[in-house]
Amino acid sequence: MSQSPALANDLGLFARRLGDDALVLGQRLCEWCSNAPMLEEELAIANIALDYLGRARMCYAYAGEILGQTEDHLAFLRDAKDMENLLVVELPRGDFAFSCVRQFLIDEFEVLYFSGLKQSAEPQIAAIAEKTFKEISYHQRRSRHWLRRLGLGTPESQQRTQVALDSLWGYCQEFFLMDHLENRLCQTGHAVDRAGLTQTWQAAVLAHIAACNLVVPEDGWAAKGGRQGVHTEHLGHLLAEMQVIQRSYPGLNW
Amino acid sequence: MVRAQQQLTLLPEARFRLNRRRQSSAHLPVYQLLDQVKDPEIPVLSIWQLGILQDIRVADNELCIVITPTYSGCPAISMIKAQISEVLHGAGIRHFHIEVRLSPPWTTDWLDADARRLLKNYGIAPPDTTACPQCGSAQTEVISEFGSTACKALMRCLSCHEPFDYFREF
Ligand SMILES: [Zn+2]
Repeated sequence: MSQSPALANDLGLFARRLGDDALVLGQRLCEWCSNAPMLEEELAIANIALDYLGRARMCYAYAGEILGQTEDHLAFLRDAKDMENLLVVELPRGDFAFSCVRQFLIDEFEVLYFSGLKQSAEPQIAAIAEKTFKEISYHQRRSRHWLRRLGLGTPESQQRTQVALDSLWGYCQEFFLMDHLENRLCQTGHAVDRAGLTQTWQAAVLAHIAACNLVVPEDGWAAKGGRQGVHTEHLGHLLAEMQVIQRSYPGLNW
Repeated sequence: MVRAQQQLTLLPEARFRLNRRRQSSAHLPVYQLLDQVKDPEIPVLSIWQLGILQDIRVADNELCIVITPTYSGCPAISMIKAQISEVLHGAGIRHFHIEVRLSPPWTTDWLDADARRLLKNYGIAPPDTTACPQCGSAQTEVISEFGSTACKALMRCLSCHEPFDYFREF
């Protein structure tokens, strides 16, 4: 490989944050085990969580090789301030409507994002994106379906879904924020310009929301900071539960 | 001759290329050895029939076994790696490594013709049909898009009322 050390380091950090997004959301989804409204959905959510865990491992394996760290280290020995996941993935799972709406908003974004990332100039990033894209397309189908069922279901399901949408809307702007790292990688064709996906995402999301008897929230507040390690209070609790075994028994292997 | 050509076109091109790679390989005996390695989640199918075993070649002066995961979170992949090592060690092959390749991503087009038949006999509807593997009825419905493992959907037969797994087109 003829990459400069600076570029390689950028790619490692980039893959690590994509891994953080996937790991934290995967962990949140796992919390539905034995809590889902029905057995079939429990299986579905666990399988989607497994896709995220797989994605996290692919990203961490790649990042770890560059950064000189193991997958376990990246997942289990970093504190909240070192994690660079988007805030939306760390929010508590809420009720079923909340988790469905979050998944819908994320799926709609990720379909666009990983479709673009398939063209990354770094072959391994492109390969991870290609694998991921196939899986998200499945998730997206399920999420759209659930939004329809909840929005067009009973008055209570409609109302809860609307509440979830209102409380999640301000977290979505973070999808589209660029920073120095991703700007550099974008210029060399290694990453995707997030900001450029805003309108396509909005068009797809607004159309489906309207078709599901839901109202698009007004743009008001927006939360950001995940990429800088500035998190909500929820991430620390999630990490504590996820990392306790590795921290209690350092070096433990499966 | 014409007929043979028609039969060939029934096989997805991706699978056809895998088959040709094996047939023309200098490591055919190794392929045959690895036919013993089954998928832990669908034990009637070998990793070759599933299209997980992609290539066997020589790299860095040793044998390189190239496999690809069906799904990115597939927990079976580490068990499959262990089984490959066990079989090769058992045959006295000491110098080899296993490469997990992600691209091109695994597709159900890589299933070989035997795999589709074996899946059906095992009670799992293969990707090209959602007919009930028990009674053959075409009257079936989806219970959940995501079934007992990531690669299967859960279906129900409206004729014999039995639930069954459907290996999703992917
Ligand atoms: Zn039947």
